Amino acid sequence: MLCPTRRELSARLSIGAVVAAFWLSFLLWFAADLKQHGATETAFQWFSVDNLVVAFGLRLDRLSELMLLVVTGVAGAIHIYSYSYMAEDRDVPRYFASLSLFTFAMLGIVLANNFVLMFVFWELVGLSSYLLIGFWFERPAAADAGKKAFLANRIGDTGFLLGIILLWSATGSVHFGTIQQLLHEQPKLLGEMSTIIGLLIFCGAVGKSAQFPLHVWLPDAMEGPTPVSALIHAATMVAAGIFMLCRVFFVFLAEPSMPLMLAGLSGISALDVIAAIGMITALLAALMAVQQNDIKRILAYSTLSQLGLMVLAVGCRGPLPAMFHLTTHAFFKALLFLGAGAVIHAMHHEQDIWRMGGLGRKMPVTAAVFLAATLALCGLPPFSGFYSKDAILACVLKQNMVLFLAAVATSVLTAFYMFRLVFVAFAGKPRTSEAGHAHEAPALMLYPMLFLVVPSVLAGFWSVEPYLEPLFSAHAATAVKPWYEQLLAPFDEPLAAFAGLGAAGFGIFAAATLYLGAREDSLPSRWGAFARVLRNRFYIDEIYRVCITLGLDAVAAILDFFDRWILAGVIVRGLHGTVELTGRILRLFQTGNLHTYGFMFGLGVIITLWLALMR
Amino acid sequence: MIGLNHYLVISVLLFSLGLLGVLLRRNLLIVYMSLELMLNAANLALAAFSKYNQQLDGQILVFFIVTVAAAEVAVGLALMVALFRLRQTVRVDELNAMKL
Amino acid sequence: MQDALFLLFALVTLVGAVLVVANPFSRDPVASAMFLVVTFIGLSGLFVLLGAFFLAAIQILVYAGAVMVLFLFVLMLLNLREEQRRKYSLVKGFLGTLLVGLLASFLIGTIFGAPALTVPGPAPMNAGAGPLGKMLFLHYLLPFEVVSILLLVAIIGVVILSKKDIR
Repeated sequence: MLCPTRRELSARLSIGAVVAAFWLSFLLWFAADLKQHGATETAFQWFSVDNLVVAFGLRLDRLSELMLLVVTGVAGAIHIYSYSYMAEDRDVPRYFASLSLFTFAMLGIVLANNFVLMFVFWELVGLSSYLLIGFWFERPAAADAGKKAFLANRIGDTGFLLGIILLWSATGSVHFGTIQQLLHEQPKLLGEMSTIIGLLIFCGAVGKSAQFPLHVWLPDAMEGPTPVSALIHAATMVAAGIFMLCRVFFVFLAEPSMPLMLAGLSGISALDVIAAIGMITALLAALMAVQQNDIKRILAYSTLSQLGLMVLAVGCRGPLPAMFHLTTHAFFKALLFLGAGAVIHAMHHEQDIWRMGGLGRKMPVTAAVFLAATLALCGLPPFSGFYSKDAILACVLKQNMVLFLAAVATSVLTAFYMFRLVFVAFAGKPRTSEAGHAHEAPALMLYPMLFLVVPSVLAGFWSVEPYLEPLFSAHAATAVKPWYEQLLAPFDEPLAAFAGLGAAGFGIFAAATLYLGAREDSLPSRWGAFARVLRNRFYIDEIYRVCITLGLDAVAAILDFFDRWILAGVIVRGLHGTVELTGRILRLFQTGNLHTYGFMFGLGVIITLWLALMR
Repeated sequence: MIGLNHYLVISVLLFSLGLLGVLLRRNLLIVYMSLELMLNAANLALAAFSKYNQQLDGQILVFFIVTVAAAEVAVGLALMVALFRLRQTVRVDELNAMKL
Repeated sequence: MQDALFLLFALVTLVGAVLVVANPFSRDPVASAMFLVVTFIGLSGLFVLLGAFFLAAIQILVYAGAVMVLFLFVLMLLNLREEQRRKYSLVKGFLGTLLVGLLASFLIGTIFGAPALTVPGPAPMNAGAGPLGKMLFLHYLLPFEVVSILLLVAIIGVVILSKKDIR
């Protein structure tokens, strides 16, 4: 940004800033003694229109502290990793500028203390994601993916904005703390719009966190550089949606009700819809991941699936497990992407897992950290993923058995497709010469990965729940358990814990049976049409294309009719015809003959005189 | 006894004759002469008012009208000369280039 | 005496005007110009009857002298052929006469409809050149100057328009 020609300087500047931010967040986490509702600081009033008062204010509580730590930690690792990964690219300054903007915007979302400010940063995240996904804009696929992400987000953001406006019109404030206070005192404040408001705000999360109807942008976003994928899928963009849901969770706690028009749906609260959407996303994405061959796409669908689980948790009135899983997921998913990046780097930008194989021996460190992250994702103790996923399972189990079964099924699929990836890419023999000549990643790429292994493995030992609990409930904070007790805490709820473990075990077993040492994928021949449907992602993109094409054609036809007959026909031609007719009539008087003009003039004089004298 | 009314009637008749000439004659020179008649009709009316109101202002106005009329005739005749050079005619019904 | 003179001069003026506009004997514009002189003379007589002696003199000097010379000069310059009789469009003539007749009757009706103005008292109005000049140069000085500029502009305009290479 500052010096577009000096790549070294721009890279170091960005890295330095993010690492410094990480250290500050780290210090803050341990040093700051935050009271129940945290600290709110208003820097200045940004603008005010009538009773819409928007402050440029920050809010620091346990929730934003945790997110600060996650965002700066993961972003810092990715910045350092990028330094090596992008070394050969010619647009390094632009890359780091966008990356830093992305991080900045995310920190803005985390720290904002009111809806409007959050929305501004929310949009800024959308913009910088567009810049980064379309970073290699010379490639049409990348440019298209950028546009797709931006547009899908736009749809969600529109709902979010409408939700903010409705909320503001109901409560007269956009400030988180004020609204929370108001809703706590009078749960019926939102009146009949409360469910609608909840759903509209959830729309924003659907866009950013790529939930079911709008999930299509996320797999395409893999066109961006791999570290960007890591950043988008781990710590920033998709996390923003979940974080937002947790931040404004108080809105969903308002008395649910529907406007009269939709009275038939009054039994359904926004949270039920959220849970359903989360479940659908989790299951669908997991199924899609089973038949993908692109290493990054598998990870992308796995992200979708995990996000679905988090949304499911929020929908089951459990923002704490959602935040817990968000935190652990941020670390191990970033690790997975960085590992995939190292593999892709070593394979000279080959992304098809069936052209890899035997990489475990060529790249031992990468393979080890990748395996660790995979185990975390599959939910095996003592890796962090087990604890957070178990928290979600336990939370869902309390609410609804069907949702619980869906979540368990998702876990089975997760373990299956992740180990399919691991077995195919890292085990067995090299299938191509590139795989045979692969080499370990450079040190600057390895260090960030090694750094991320630590929280990926250990984050589960300290549950974030006791820290965050005061934010979401009136109960006194549960005591922080020592780590050795926390280690076994999930087994207080044996059904959820053993279901999760069993699911992971079954998935790994199935993957091992099918893929360990396999030369090609045997699922298509066994499942035929179903595998093809999975491979083509349930044809959702195609359905969208057809629907949107038909819809646009219909709209275009209506507009065409309007334009052709109403605008061009009645208005334009009508005006034109009237003017022309008048002109033709008046033209009769313009004979060019002096006598006619004189006669007209005399007539005019007589009429004027008559009007002046005779009236 | 001749009064103001009589002078005014003469003035109106003179004006009407001038207007008739403007409306009916096709020779541009005669149209101009008719215009002079109309101006003079106005002069006569002004002089009559001046006399019967015992005020000189009317005569001053006549003086100005005479001046302006002289200027108008000079410019108009010069235009006519230029026009004749261009079109070889001073007939009003043949000068209809303004018509589309 | 004055009434008789008024009738005489009025007759001269009107007959001259009729012959300017529609001369049954000649279509020659020069004849029209000559009858215009007759009209001006009649008018100056009327001015004398109205006590406007200076105006009467001006009328003769400016109109019968300068303006008429200008007309005749242009007539000679253009050397127009005698205008042959053409058929007047009857409709046009009728419409024009109707319009003018309407206007005239309208105005005359108004004049006689108004409360009759009697001749003013015998107070003689001194309308010689002296008082007129005093008024012109004291009270109407600005219009006078403006008119002088108008004449200057007219002179320049005429010179420009009369140049041969006008486009």
